[in-house]
Amino acid sequence: MKRLIILVLCLLAAPVSAVVEYHPFTDPAKEQAYQTLISELRCLVCQNQTIADSNADLAKDLRRQVYDMLQQGKSQQDVVNFMTQRYGDFVMYRPAFSMKTGLLWLGPIAFLLIGIITVVLLARHKKNAATQTALDGRQKTRLNELLQQGEED
Amino acid sequence: MLKLKYLLPLLLFVVLAVFLAVGLRLNPKDIPSPLIDKPAPAFSLPILATPEKTLSQQDLQGKVWLLNVWASWCVSCRQEHPLLLELAKRKQATIVGLNYKDEAQAAGQWLQQLGNPYDVSIMDTDGRVGIDYGVYGVPETFVIDKRGVIRYKHTGPVEPGDIERIFLPLLQTLNQESA
Repeated sequence: MKRLIILVLCLLAAPVSAVVEYHPFTDPAKEQAYQTLISELRCLVCQNQTIADSNADLAKDLRRQVYDMLQQGKSQQDVVNFMTQRYGDFVMYRPAFSMKTGLLWLGPIAFLLIGIITVVLLARHKKNAATQTALDGRQKTRLNELLQQGEED
Repeated sequence: MLKLKYLLPLLLFVVLAVFLAVGLRLNPKDIPSPLIDKPAPAFSLPILATPEKTLSQQDLQGKVWLLNVWASWCVSCRQEHPLLLELAKRKQATIVGLNYKDEAQAAGQWLQQLGNPYDVSIMDTDGRVGIDYGVYGVPETFVIDKRGVIRYKHTGPVEPGDIERIFLPLLQTLNQESA
């Protein structure tokens, strides 16, 4: 039984170990930059994955490229520039703010504002409507009369 | 005023519908290349037929040329191949094949079996030149003018009709430009 469990675990682990190649770092800051970059760059072959998640050939090549550039002493921003010059803003999960990406960044905030304004306007409108429909003294007595009549019938 | 209030949701719906309709029609694989109207990235790679010699982008200066990214492992390249052969017959441009992450032997066999539309093929074995050209979906085709500027990029296989509709008109204009 124990052997079987070990075998199953080994089989499960096999594809996992195949995903990530070994990129050794001596400088922890560079390693940190590497991890940040590969989890922010989009794999263009499998578009909803980062290059850290993806096992596509291109993702491997791009991870290698990031590693090489960092080892050469390039900064995080250098790597980002390198990638966007070749693949465009789309390669970044969080693209830099520009004319082209403005709608992307501001769109959700704009929709939220529209929503808040709508809610506020509706609430106010309802309040006004509520005050308008309040009965004056004469209407109240008339209402009571009608209700009493109804009860008597 | 009252009418506007009731029209507003309809207007919002129309705007949303237009955005979605356009969005659904876009090809998500077609990412606009930032390289358009930029100089073709430099390379110097061994030639597939004669690996001891290299070709660089400077050797093509003054010519209108196509850089077609292909590989023997690439399924859509097989689909595109007859169209490239047809384009080669028109002799409107020098066709350079970028043999991407492939093995020389397999690539040579492919050209022997299916015919060779390329004036020359170069080997990008580790895919680094591919990265410089922003390659992410083989096959891809770049059109480069006499000054060495990328003027058009086609991602994915060239489809029937693309040659007449896109490539030939573009190549004719580029051929008329002065170097």
